[in-house]
Amino acid sequence: MSTPLIEARKVTRILPGIVPTTLVRDVNLTIGTRDFVAITGPSGSGKSSLLYLLGLLDVPTEGEVLINGRATSQMHEEERALTRLSFLGFVFQFHFLLPEFTVRDNVMLPMRALGRLSPREMIERADALLASLGLGDHRLKRPDQLSGGQRQRVAVARALANEPPVILADEPTGSLDSKSSMQVFEVLHSLVEEHGKTVVAVTHDMGLAERMHRHVELLDGCILADQAHAGT
Amino acid sequence: MSLVFDIAWTHVRSRVRQTGFAIAGVATGVGFSIMMASLMQGSQDDFTRRLVNTLPNITVSDERRAPPQQPAEKLYNVAELHGLTPEARRPGIKNPLATMAALEAWLPGKIAPSVKVQAIIRYANHDLATSITGIDPNREALVSDLPKQMRGATLTALYRATNAIVVGDRLADKIGARIGANITLQTSVGTRLSAQVVGLFHSGVRQIDESAAYVLIKTGQILAQQTGLINELRVRLADPLASREIAARVESDTGYKSVSWQEANEDLISTFIIRNIIMYTVVGAILLVASFGTYNIISTITHEKARDIAIMKSLGLPEFTVRSIFVVEALMIGIAGALAGFAFGYVLCLGLGSIRITNPFIDSDRLPLVYEPLHYLLAGAVALVSSVIAGYQPARKAARQHPVEIIRGAT
Repeated sequence: MSTPLIEARKVTRILPGIVPTTLVRDVNLTIGTRDFVAITGPSGSGKSSLLYLLGLLDVPTEGEVLINGRATSQMHEEERALTRLSFLGFVFQFHFLLPEFTVRDNVMLPMRALGRLSPREMIERADALLASLGLGDHRLKRPDQLSGGQRQRVAVARALANEPPVILADEPTGSLDSKSSMQVFEVLHSLVEEHGKTVVAVTHDMGLAERMHRHVELLDGCILADQAHAGT
Repeated sequence: MSLVFDIAWTHVRSRVRQTGFAIAGVATGVGFSIMMASLMQGSQDDFTRRLVNTLPNITVSDERRAPPQQPAEKLYNVAELHGLTPEARRPGIKNPLATMAALEAWLPGKIAPSVKVQAIIRYANHDLATSITGIDPNREALVSDLPKQMRGATLTALYRATNAIVVGDRLADKIGARIGANITLQTSVGTRLSAQVVGLFHSGVRQIDESAAYVLIKTGQILAQQTGLINELRVRLADPLASREIAARVESDTGYKSVSWQEANEDLISTFIIRNIIMYTVVGAILLVASFGTYNIISTITHEKARDIAIMKSLGLPEFTVRSIFVVEALMIGIAGALAGFAFGYVLCLGLGSIRITNPFIDSDRLPLVYEPLHYLLAGAVALVSSVIAGYQPARKAARQHPVEIIRGAT
């Protein structure tokens, strides 16, 4: 068992309202170093909700999410933001790049927000990340000048900007064709294999899920199965 | 901070037309504020300057602010006395030369003695109530601008004829008198004197130009039927704004009623205060309306950029940073609007200053305008503050958005 980077302990998330909706119910999950985890399940099963809870984008109604062994429920919003910035990288189904900024500027955004590198180091790092993802020639373009797969790879580069140990991906291939999906999957896979990152990805694509190291299946907000397999 | 500035600048720059309108709104507010302040201040300063220049800064008269205690009141220790006839008092300031010398010893200004007499001027079937002041032409320049206000002659012309008189130009117009005309002066004590108009003056204050006249002290004393009478000391100070305090000290030293120009024109000065309140209210309203434009654009940007806000927050940008982005955008609009407003206000003032007007209450044929940096600073500061306030509310709302809701909506 890897060292736990993220741990969910009896996590429940209920959306308040006239009819409260339970998104995630009593989930226990441990994510360790170099884990390559697929979260699958039918629509409305709570996959993305669980990912947002693990990524501190949402707060559990009950239970606790621990990051590096530290409970997060009592964290101040600013501290949660800083944890996201330095410890977690997000990739969403849509690239969500800032349209007015260049590719390089988008990748530099988390670095600038964290403010630990000099401008020159930020540029060098952004360019190196883009080059490693095959986007070296596109760094000065704007997102609307790239294909869907390229944009998603830029989003991956942005997620890696502050060298977080964990990448959380919410259907990263959901809006891509099969070729681009494969490219993005390979990038995520290489992050685990070559760079020692932990990747947790929500996906509908059972083919991709089967190729990941671990497969967590959700149904109605509960974990139905959590199994490790050989991977790719 | 540069990240905040970069994002803010990108947002503002990518909406040229909307931003332009917001800036134009602020600029209009600032420009008109500056113009109004310039005009209001200009007219007020112009009027005050004429008051200060035309009238003595302090007038010491032979009156007492409180009636002197009657002998019976001193004699009998009772609560109230009825039917007393006040003790007859010889008019005039006692020992005027000694009083002047005592005041000149400490007072930061100049003093001139004069005799004030109320009379009726008669000429060509016109009877006009007039305030006649007997002056010393050689000392007059020390306490008023009368020598500079003379038309057609100098003040020394008073020496050229027996019973010479200098009258206000509007008064002369009213009775149809010209220089050289012989007019009749009739006082309440029964003196009737024929005097020759040797000059006219124009102070620019209508009330004075229509009803004032100057003679030599000696002529004034003849009109008052009292040899050696000095019933007024007129004072001009080095700092006219200190008149109120110095007048109080003069009054306590001499016992005579001592009235500063501010006290004499209290009603006008209070009118200025009301006028300024109205001006600042109108200016505030203009800038408030302009800030609605800023509010509108920041609201629009935050609405359009909801997804970007969500992604920035999900990446880990704190609420403060996200809020700062939109506050800085509002500030940019405010600064650009204020700068454009400065130029617009200046041009408006130039334009207004070039308009020829004919107004009987204004001496000049141009509007009195003041180019005061303070007006620019104030209008700019109010514009900036109102822009930031206008931008803060949508910025706060934007920064508080829950990223999950927006990301879910977007997907």
